[in-house]
Amino acid sequence: MLKTTPFHARTAPLILGQTWRRWAGYSVASCYAWSPEREYAAVRNAAALFDVSPLHKYLIAGPDAAKLLDRMVTRDVVKAKVGQVLYTTWCDAQGKVVDDGTISRLDEATYRLTAAEPNFRWLHLNAHGLDVVITDVSESVGALALQGPLARAILNQVAERPVDSLKYFRVMANRIAGVEIQISRTGYTGDLGYELWVPAADGVAVWDALMAAGFSYGITPAGIWALDLARIEAGLVMLDVDYHSSHRALIEDQKSSPFELSLDWTVNLEKGAFNGKRALRSEKARGPLWRFVGIEVEWESLEALFAAVELSPSLPTVAWRTSVPIYRDGEQVGYASSGCWSPLLKKYLALAHIRAPHFGPDTRVEMEVTVEHQRRRAAGWVRKLPFFDPARKRA
Amino acid sequence: MKAPLDVIVIGGGHNGLVTAAYLARSGRKVTVLERRHLVGGAAVSEQVFPGFTFSVFSYVVSLLRPEIIRDLDLPRHGLHILPLESTVTPLPNGDYLAGWGDSDLTRREIYRHSPRDADATIEFGRLMHHMAMAVRPILSMIPPDPTSLAPSDLAGMLKLGGHFRSLGAERFHAMYKLMTMSSADYLDEWFEFDPFKATKSASGIIGTFLGPRSPGSAYVLLHHYMGEIDGAFRAWGFAKGGTGSISDAIGNAARAFGATIRTDAAVSQVIVKGGRTTGVALANGDEVSAPIVVSSLDPRRTFLDLVDSKQLPGELVDDIRRFKFRGSSGKVNLALSELPNFTCLPGVGPQHRGAFSISPSIDYLERAYDDAKYGEFSRRPYLDIVIPSMIDPGMAPPGKHVMSIFVQYAPYHLNGGWTDAKRDAFGDAVVDTITEHAPNLKSAVLHRQVLTPLDIERVTGLSEGNIFAGELALQQLFFLRPSASWSNYRTPIRGYYQCGAGTHPGGGIMGASGRLAALKILADS
Repeated sequence: MLKTTPFHARTAPLILGQTWRRWAGYSVASCYAWSPEREYAAVRNAAALFDVSPLHKYLIAGPDAAKLLDRMVTRDVVKAKVGQVLYTTWCDAQGKVVDDGTISRLDEATYRLTAAEPNFRWLHLNAHGLDVVITDVSESVGALALQGPLARAILNQVAERPVDSLKYFRVMANRIAGVEIQISRTGYTGDLGYELWVPAADGVAVWDALMAAGFSYGITPAGIWALDLARIEAGLVMLDVDYHSSHRALIEDQKSSPFELSLDWTVNLEKGAFNGKRALRSEKARGPLWRFVGIEVEWESLEALFAAVELSPSLPTVAWRTSVPIYRDGEQVGYASSGCWSPLLKKYLALAHIRAPHFGPDTRVEMEVTVEHQRRRAAGWVRKLPFFDPARKRA
Repeated sequence: MKAPLDVIVIGGGHNGLVTAAYLARSGRKVTVLERRHLVGGAAVSEQVFPGFTFSVFSYVVSLLRPEIIRDLDLPRHGLHILPLESTVTPLPNGDYLAGWGDSDLTRREIYRHSPRDADATIEFGRLMHHMAMAVRPILSMIPPDPTSLAPSDLAGMLKLGGHFRSLGAERFHAMYKLMTMSSADYLDEWFEFDPFKATKSASGIIGTFLGPRSPGSAYVLLHHYMGEIDGAFRAWGFAKGGTGSISDAIGNAARAFGATIRTDAAVSQVIVKGGRTTGVALANGDEVSAPIVVSSLDPRRTFLDLVDSKQLPGELVDDIRRFKFRGSSGKVNLALSELPNFTCLPGVGPQHRGAFSISPSIDYLERAYDDAKYGEFSRRPYLDIVIPSMIDPGMAPPGKHVMSIFVQYAPYHLNGGWTDAKRDAFGDAVVDTITEHAPNLKSAVLHRQVLTPLDIERVTGLSEGNIFAGELALQQLFFLRPSASWSNYRTPIRGYYQCGAGTHPGGGIMGASGRLAALKILADS
């Protein structure tokens, strides 16, 4: 049996089409309704409630907690204040990304690291000689993401303390339905949103309180299909889909540096020693060989390919996660790793790895599409990420 | 000294704004003059009662052209279309008929009532898909004049002829039937379950003075399927913030391209000198000059109100006088303290996020039409009901709701004329009809806005309250919309153009008339 999350008692009856999927050994919903359309719409129009409990979560406590994390990740952890959250990557000695996630400074000497992959061993390998206690809280802490323009209004109805003052990438202690939780202003949708860190035993009580308070605000339980659409619009990279952990890569070409993932802003070369610093410094000096960019497919071009066989363009209603060649002037210059039709922007979008020097914004490229079993190429452009970045995300 | 204007657009309805946006995009200096304090025409969102926002008139997006969404990048300017998933028809026996957002569920639901119809739906859908594919290019085509020998008209007719020849015999015959038959007869060839046929045929009577058994009502069935071809664009749905947000998005796009939009600027007259226009006179006495003036108003206002009919050929004046408006629809907007509880599908559920259709049988619809035919509003009307606050919670205060009810029929020419008392009686007939199916509705009504065709005319300026700026009847379509020889967006007055829904293809929040007019103006200049 796969594991179930602390919210399973509530999510299981909602999943109409039994569209369960695996995530880190858990079963979670791809979609609760028959299609992700309305669940996605809730992210951009009201509030969607995602069960993101399968994330790996570690508490790092003790006098050297900051030192450990700072040595491990690419961002400057020492500067982070209590209540601050950092998104960061962490690398191996060759400057290739092991994983990405968030670090929340919960108090003076306690941090929580979230990760896509297990990192217990990696944390310990980096902790030699340091005075820290590392605890894997993946199973004891459930996580919910409440994402969308009405997320704040809902939390203000139900949380003991209002969240109005909680800024982007900050975390606060709070209480819902009498349960002590943490609320961070974070998420994976590129919208106004929060993540709630809940003791597993009290998951159902918090879920119920949110659903009751959120009804009038259109709260909608949503699955991974909806999340995938939103994160592509937001240009957010996904481990195991868009890139591979250097710890799992079988060949060098399967590894990526933070620069190659266009995550330059997470790399602080000014701070003290950290894993991969030397390699990253020289990579920065010579310039990355790859960049992670957006691709916008030109509709007229796509429509013409389908019109040639008397069809109108058929597009997936969920995001795809396969490798699709990208060409420029007839030569392959990279590959898209995920893509979708954006219901909001009304554009066919993809996230892609493009080789130097072809990754400049608005470069004309072509993406492979299959039209009636034939491989064709639709014209498009390289675009700067994110595709969608509403002011409310930070406001 | 400001740069002189190139173009004045009269009326800030969505078509006028589309024309302005396209012209401004091509570098023209454009001003839109709107009589009301807000743009949108019949696509406006207004807080009619404090805290309750309504799409006062037009309430769903139907066929907004994908090329307009793209060309003007409307999502960037605020267009956000939300899914409208289902239609539930309460049945006289206490049961219901539903069309859900999922094809398996819908099939099973129809099967419950008629296994035969469940299968027929698939084949019918395929045929209509082909019909819609055949008609769709016409929506993006400036109508050629079939009697003209001008090269552009001949080319247009050739293109059209080739287009129809390519259909093949079977589909051509189906198309011919679709263009000439009544929706009831057309659907009889396919289906047996009466409420199913009634609900489908309802789309054929919206906004027209026809019943489901009137010849010519079938082809409007196509509109639904045309929306499905554009499926990827999800151009069928509900606009976040109401339909006014569509107008606002187009207006924002127009401004971004450099157009200016003046509200509270009613135009009283188009100034004509020596057979060509030089600008307009405003109701406040000001004059605005431009070599090109485009009217987005309906044909009656464009040709009979804004210009002196002496400036026009007699036969055009006659044509426009005969152009049928005959508004036949009303609208009731309700602010509700709670959701309606429908006895056929009790409780709160996904049904509240879709439409309710009061269309229990073809006879019911035809009887509703009978009332209107003899000058009365339908005592038991066809209703298309949506609860926008369930789709966009921002439309009403938390826990409260707004309900939008489209009503067919309410004739403009009511026996004895519309009075306040008759408007109230009309509103009562609507609320009573719904209350028969959802008993808590009447007591849940906090506020009520009732709009008769007369009210629609008074507020939006649409003649006789016709929601399509003139009936979408076969004899008023394509190269006859609004009049033979003047279907190409020009008028007999040089520099004076038309871009409203009274031109091809017209009707609904489509924007196609506005776009084609702009393309014509650009081609002419």
